[in-house]
Amino acid sequence: MTLLLSLILLILVTISIWQLTKILELSQPKKEETQVANDQDNQTQGVLLFAFLIFIYILTIFSFWRWGDVLLPEASSDHGALYDNLMWLTFAIIFFVQTITQALLHYFGYKYRGKKSRKAYFLADNDRLEAVWTIIPTIVLAGLILYGLYTWTDIMTIEENEDAIVVELYAQQFNWKARYAGKDNVLGDANVRFLQDFEGKNLVGIDITDPNGLDDIVTQELHLPVGKEIIFKMRSQDVLHSAYMPHFRAQMNCVPGMITEFAFTPIKTTEEIRMDPDVISKVRKINEIRKRNSEELILNGEEPLDPYVFDYVLICNKICGVSHYNMQMKIVVETQEDFNSWLSNQQTFSQFIQ
Amino acid sequence: MSNELDHTHDEDHGHHHKETFITKYIFSQDHKMIAKQYLITGLFMGFIGIAMSLIFRLQLAWPEKPFGFLELLLGKWAPDGVMDPNVYLALITIHGTIMVFFVLTAGLSGTFSNLLIPLQIGARDMASGLLNMFSYWLFFISSLIMTISLFVEAGPAAAGWTVYPPLSALPQAQPGSGAGMTLWLVSMAVFIASSLLAALNYVVTVINLRTKGMTMSRLPLTIWAFFVTAIIGIVSFPVLLSAALLLIMDRSFGTSFFLSDIFIQGEVLHYQGGSPVLFEHLFWFLGHPEVYIVILPALGITSEVLATNARKPIFGYRAMVASILAIAFLSTIVWGHHMFISGMNPFLGSVFTFTTLLIAIPSAVKAFNYITTLWKGNLQLNPAMLFSIALVSTFISGGLTGVILGDSTLDINVHDTYFVVAHFHLVMGISALYGLFAGVYHWFPKMFKRMMNKNLGYIHFWVTAICAYGVFFPMHFIGMAGLPRRYYTNTAFPIFDDLADINVIITIFALIAGAAQLVFLYNFIHSIFYGKKTVQNPWNSNTLEWTAPIEHFHGNWHGEIPHVHRWAYDYSKPGYDKDFVPQNIPLKKGEEELQH
Ligand code: HEM
Ligand SMILES: [Cu+2]
Ligand SMILES: [Cu+2]
Repeated sequence: MTLLLSLILLILVTISIWQLTKILELSQPKKEETQVANDQDNQTQGVLLFAFLIFIYILTIFSFWRWGDVLLPEASSDHGALYDNLMWLTFAIIFFVQTITQALLHYFGYKYRGKKSRKAYFLADNDRLEAVWTIIPTIVLAGLILYGLYTWTDIMTIEENEDAIVVELYAQQFNWKARYAGKDNVLGDANVRFLQDFEGKNLVGIDITDPNGLDDIVTQELHLPVGKEIIFKMRSQDVLHSAYMPHFRAQMNCVPGMITEFAFTPIKTTEEIRMDPDVISKVRKINEIRKRNSEELILNGEEPLDPYVFDYVLICNKICGVSHYNMQMKIVVETQEDFNSWLSNQQTFSQFIQ
Repeated sequence: MSNELDHTHDEDHGHHHKETFITKYIFSQDHKMIAKQYLITGLFMGFIGIAMSLIFRLQLAWPEKPFGFLELLLGKWAPDGVMDPNVYLALITIHGTIMVFFVLTAGLSGTFSNLLIPLQIGARDMASGLLNMFSYWLFFISSLIMTISLFVEAGPAAAGWTVYPPLSALPQAQPGSGAGMTLWLVSMAVFIASSLLAALNYVVTVINLRTKGMTMSRLPLTIWAFFVTAIIGIVSFPVLLSAALLLIMDRSFGTSFFLSDIFIQGEVLHYQGGSPVLFEHLFWFLGHPEVYIVILPALGITSEVLATNARKPIFGYRAMVASILAIAFLSTIVWGHHMFISGMNPFLGSVFTFTTLLIAIPSAVKAFNYITTLWKGNLQLNPAMLFSIALVSTFISGGLTGVILGDSTLDINVHDTYFVVAHFHLVMGISALYGLFAGVYHWFPKMFKRMMNKNLGYIHFWVTAICAYGVFFPMHFIGMAGLPRRYYTNTAFPIFDDLADINVIITIFALIAGAAQLVFLYNFIHSIFYGKKTVQNPWNSNTLEWTAPIEHFHGNWHGEIPHVHRWAYDYSKPGYDKDFVPQNIPLKKGEEELQH
């Protein structure tokens, strides 16, 4: 339905543009010698420039009003608060500059629209002004750089420690696996050369000669205990992928032939974030949309969509081939006890290959 | 056209022999004809690129809805009118490649550097007409190869315009990485050869062939922009060429520059010790400067068009030149901001954050200077002028989000999302496209001896300007919601279901924008044949190209080339009745030449 309406709208707009051009062409005084803007044009176009400024503002306000709720909820990781603060600070600055500069640009376009009778003001230079607008951005940017680098170092400095648990994220066309280090908290060596061992049961290529690997646990779902630092080691077996966990403000590429790292501490369990008011209203909205879509599907004799329940996801965010758009893994953040009991129900590598 | 050209032959000076149709229109060595060839090839590729974006926007707005005409258009790649995911990836790849390289590098820079460098510095032609002709024909061949790659059995390259290996290196990884990718690489290699020849020619011409009195500090900002752009190209394009050659070796000769430890389609490959990160470094060593190669000429055009139509000097000429130079220098040391989370050492990320945010300073200076140029002007709001003003607007809107993406911390969560797509389309794609349009409207009379219709120009402008924001502004929200780019559809994640209506709105704006380009196309073609005849200096401009006769002939000026006595921006100078004083008018007694 929307499709049909939109197409009709499109056709109408195209036709009206066409008609408009025709009318304008006909209404043009035949005697006009040139195609250079005259005072009349300057008047019209100047006013339109001012209207365009208003259009930009309205578009901005409308977008925030209408789509403000599609943005990600508050961060669910320890460093995420730092990230969000920096983001909002930067946004505030950007908005301020955007509002002022667009206003000046378009207002001047309107205010100084040309008239035959006028002459422009001959102004080639003003060192003081130029110094001002070189120095102010420099100071603001210096502030942002310092704040940014401080956070960056904080996020990216990863120290192996007793308290942290190590998890491998293993990427392949087109799915994810997680590998837990087991009791020894050390991941065994691994390489793609071992993938075909044990009739393909060696899912992430663990090196059987490394004793650290025997108690490793390979899973299809990523479970994380809340409040504990997780050190992720990323690997890929084929092409580049990127492990993107937007709710945790976390992302790192997975590079074949290399192990990359990222670490964060989840601070909200899946249960907790489902109670977040923003998430509740977002889920409600999504379910309304899914319901509407389901009605259409049922009419066509297809299966309706399941209702949606919020879950954290791990998303692939580096183009990796035909199913790049559907390369995902569910993330469950839970209490330490739940995590322990889940993990103890999984098979270790040595059990699995038996 | 031809009758006007003929009678100029006898007055023609210099190295002239009779021109045949072939030497005049096809294998021409005249920079003006080569400029037109670049423009028309560029526009042709542009329409292909834009059409592709409209097709994949349909898929994004109405995922997997059947469109009958898609089956007609794409055949087996859109069974029952539903586009195949591989084809989606191929379309964005070729769209990106065409727009960045073929339209906004060759089409924009090639057209206006060729047209304006000799005419604005007062030279009879480029330093080497022959090389110039070669560079156009290499560009033509590379366009042809890229177009042919669309018809390869397994489909064209589909690894994104950044063609990161291993995806681009292994035909097992996706169908587009077979013959399609080979053609892509060959086409780009030829393209790079063409760009290098052209750039060398531009640099040599600007250095050696300026007319008497045209000191570097009197050069119009257009020429400064083209000159510096050519230098950036010479520095960075060879690095892309080496990346392409190494990738060809990995693909065809079994070397391991970029590949290591790969298991694909049930098979362990033999590659050892290479790294895709190396490719990313090489690619972005060109890739980042490339965005300045795209935008600087557009800014140069804007400087000229704004000053001329504001009837006012460009504000802060020296600061403008300084910021072009600063941007050029900094642009070669910021490439790592595309790689913050590539696995490269985080400390390196800090350095690149620092250099990247530095580049915001000269960019800000340019924007402020443009705005001040309008202040107390007497603005002649021609279509070219409107496009230039809109360029400043999108350059600011898109540039500001660069402060987010350039900050390694903030990049973590928006990297490779639609936020990036919104950012680079505004700051580079749309801005440079506006620069191209501004240039076409402004110099059309110089190229085709006729004028484009201004009312059609206004319609083209307003529809495009509104739709450009309508398309790319809402995209920021999709990106901030966490939606990755290069996704065939977002329906695989219920979490993105609420983005559906934004996607529909974006696509509607995109389709209208596409329709508006047909108005431009009509105006362009119609005006070439039936436009109003132009006078010699229709915009009352100061630069030298308008002192050359309307009719074209090899050599540009009859008799002596004009000498230059002042900078290009004496608009509304006190002491003169007219509001412009062309560069070839000597200073009056006691008149001071500003600035120099
Ligand atoms: C009607 C105008 C345009 C529309 C609607 C449009 C839309 C899009 C969309 C939706 C994507 C795909 C994003 C993704 O999935 O990653 C894209 C990619 C791209 N576009 Fe455009 N675009 C337009 C014009 C331009 C222009 C003028 C340029 C010039 C620079 C450009 C350059 C690119 C590039 C470089 C890519 C990235 C391709 C890749 O991911 O490999 N586009 N465009
Ligand atoms: Cu992937
Ligand atoms: Cu860059």
